[in-house]
Amino acid sequence: MTDLPGYPSRRSFLKATAAGAALSGLALPASAQQTPKPVSLDDYQREYLNADEWAFIMAATARLIPSEGDGPGALEARVPVFIDRQLASDYGTADDWYMEGPHDPNAEPARGWQTPLNPAEVYRQAIPAFNAWCQDTHGANFADLNAEQQDAALTSLQNGDVALAPELREFWGILLGNTKEGYFADPQYGGNHGMQSWVYIGFPGARAAYREWPERHNVKYPLGPVSISGERA
Amino acid sequence: MARQEKKKDVVIVGLGWTGSIAGIELAQEGLDIVALERGHDQDTVPNFEYPQQIDELKYGVRLKMMQKPSQQTLTVRRNDGETALPYRSLGSFLPGNGVGGAGTHWNGLNWRPQPVELKLRSHVRDNWGEQIIPEGMNLRDYPVSYDEMEPFFTKFEKVAGISGYAGNLNGEIREGGNPFEGWRSEDYPMPPMPTTYDASKFRDAAKAMGYHPFEAPAGIASTAYVNPYGMQMGPCNFCGFCERYGCYQYSKSSPQTSILGALKRMPNFEYRTKSEVLRVELAADGKTATGVTYWDEEAGEEVFQPADIVILSSYQLNNVHLMLLSGLGEAYNPLTGEGTLGKNYAYQMNGGVSMFFKEDNFNPFVGHGANGQVIDDFSISQNDFGAEGFIGGSYWRSGTFNGQPIRNMPLPKGTPSWGAGWKEGIGEWYGHAMSIGSHGSHMSYANNHLDLDPTYTDRHGRPLMRMTFNWQDNDLRMNQFMKRKMEPLAASMNPDIMQAGFKDIGAQYDVRPYQTTHNTGGHIMAENAREGAVNRYSQTFKAHNVFAMGAGNFVQNTQYNPTGLVGGLAYHTVHAIRTQYLSNPRPLV
Repeated sequence: MTDLPGYPSRRSFLKATAAGAALSGLALPASAQQTPKPVSLDDYQREYLNADEWAFIMAATARLIPSEGDGPGALEARVPVFIDRQLASDYGTADDWYMEGPHDPNAEPARGWQTPLNPAEVYRQAIPAFNAWCQDTHGANFADLNAEQQDAALTSLQNGDVALAPELREFWGILLGNTKEGYFADPQYGGNHGMQSWVYIGFPGARAAYREWPERHNVKYPLGPVSISGERA
Repeated sequence: MARQEKKKDVVIVGLGWTGSIAGIELAQEGLDIVALERGHDQDTVPNFEYPQQIDELKYGVRLKMMQKPSQQTLTVRRNDGETALPYRSLGSFLPGNGVGGAGTHWNGLNWRPQPVELKLRSHVRDNWGEQIIPEGMNLRDYPVSYDEMEPFFTKFEKVAGISGYAGNLNGEIREGGNPFEGWRSEDYPMPPMPTTYDASKFRDAAKAMGYHPFEAPAGIASTAYVNPYGMQMGPCNFCGFCERYGCYQYSKSSPQTSILGALKRMPNFEYRTKSEVLRVELAADGKTATGVTYWDEEAGEEVFQPADIVILSSYQLNNVHLMLLSGLGEAYNPLTGEGTLGKNYAYQMNGGVSMFFKEDNFNPFVGHGANGQVIDDFSISQNDFGAEGFIGGSYWRSGTFNGQPIRNMPLPKGTPSWGAGWKEGIGEWYGHAMSIGSHGSHMSYANNHLDLDPTYTDRHGRPLMRMTFNWQDNDLRMNQFMKRKMEPLAASMNPDIMQAGFKDIGAQYDVRPYQTTHNTGGHIMAENAREGAVNRYSQTFKAHNVFAMGAGNFVQNTQYNPTGLVGGLAYHTVHAIRTQYLSNPRPLV
């Protein structure tokens, strides 16, 4: 990894600058907010995850969206912070969902979420179970494997080759889903730091005003993103 | 012991599109009206304000404008042999919550049915004979005709503020409109919306193949507009946040934008939120209702609200549930065909093609929910059912509707779903993909129905409703027909990569991915009490002072988004209440 967690990657910074340069004539108001420098991921105060879980989430998201290549990785985007906060929120506790029994966690996947566990509980139980599988199969906890072994372990998890209890079947789906959510959601939720993922793909975020654009055919929209709180990139 | 409120002339259950229409039209009669809304209050200001509304995670993914399954849900099974399991987290369909209901978070696609869709059984019988109707399909005519409904479609379109261009103005077919639509007595209230790049490519390709493209009719304002209630709309700015969101700038048709501001100013109307109706109370003779009992969330108690007229205007699924719980008819039995409640539940059969163009910029975030060019060349009125082996049709549409990247990230098949390959894929393809969607009809079948679940209950101890639903061969054959017709059109546009997504024969219903919130039927309209739950005026056969509005009235689903028909039927119903029922309350049929 060439970029430090907690800081925008150099590559993304350069891309952001290039996008900014396209805005000739558009003055940045003095009130435009700069992305504040956040606490490093190592010093981040966790809201839900314990130390072992945090180590897993850091390692797993770093493989799900790696730092190498164009665009930010999950760590530059601070996806682990997003996941921790989501699991501490009413999403983690499934407040909006119908969780009454009886439950049939063995029902086929097309029947939807049928485990009695909420997402936070799925993470809590699945991470040690997956780590135990990694130890049996690869000789160490997931976070201590090398990148190649980690990718192999995640592929096994994705393919259903890791024998998790049926109550934990949704683990892969929410791990990958939450990782992408943290990558692309508004930065107020802790991920998508500096809106780097939006800069990378060319999504203008919360601009949401394109009155003159529908009939500008095949012209790439030039402005960089803004966030709900008013950050610009 | 339930608290009792002062008697009202009318109690309205659910304050979405149909409840708002009933509210304002009956309030104009001077009636004393209360609307009860299960969810929270919400309005453009402060609830949909910029920039807080532009939040994909909160509204698009965590679905904070939707019905919470913890409060109300149902169970689902694919056939009578399966044990139904709760729809615990939302996926396939998204009923709304709060004032405005699903009319707040919709896309704004506003269609009228084709005339033949309202008389589909007759259309089949007259052209091919009833022997082509598959076993188990409950194909029906509506007890209303297009010609009768036309003024009410027009009325709803004026209130909702629809942008478009009439293709059939009093029988005259006009270039640039939809030549296959039913006649219109007037043009749309607003001109059509502008055409985005992807839609223009589709339009040109469709024209080259001899099809008849037109701009989709949109509940999205193309200009400044004042509707018949004096409500104002501002022109859409293509913000790309329609479906799952409230409109922050008064551009999308909704109960809030089109009706509620005017209705709330009427002194004889009041509404109570966080008031969940538990049952309709019937008089001792069972022939009329005396009012409704609801749960007052704030007070934490049951309340009896007496009323002379009960309007059921909650979401289709919740209307059927409430009717089953209240004995407003008998539950449908698919084996005997007896009973009407829960009968003819239907959905929508959709598919589409994605196309990737390396060199083209589509700016997918510049869009609105009803954007796009459409063709109706494979619509219900155009298809030869006898020759093709199915009953149905679809409209095709192409146009950017949102570029929100958590959910809208089309990638070529074979792109890894994670890792370096995924990250490379999103960088390469975001903004360079377009799609054509096929939005197809769904017939009704004995196998697809709604009743009460024997196991699961809600927080009030009431049985959940149970949905028995699976895809049926007739509609899957229609879908595969559309695939065969659409792929050559897509290929003619010379994309670098294209891929089709159409359910095939044998497809099983999967509750997880979002498909559509076009749930229909269950309290269908009919000529008599043996065949349906309500008559042509949405009046229940069981109790003449109970009217059940909405898509529950549909005898089968049309090929279109249901709101135009829902709105038209609502105006048809309130017109009958105003002109026929109030002066002499009785069964109108």
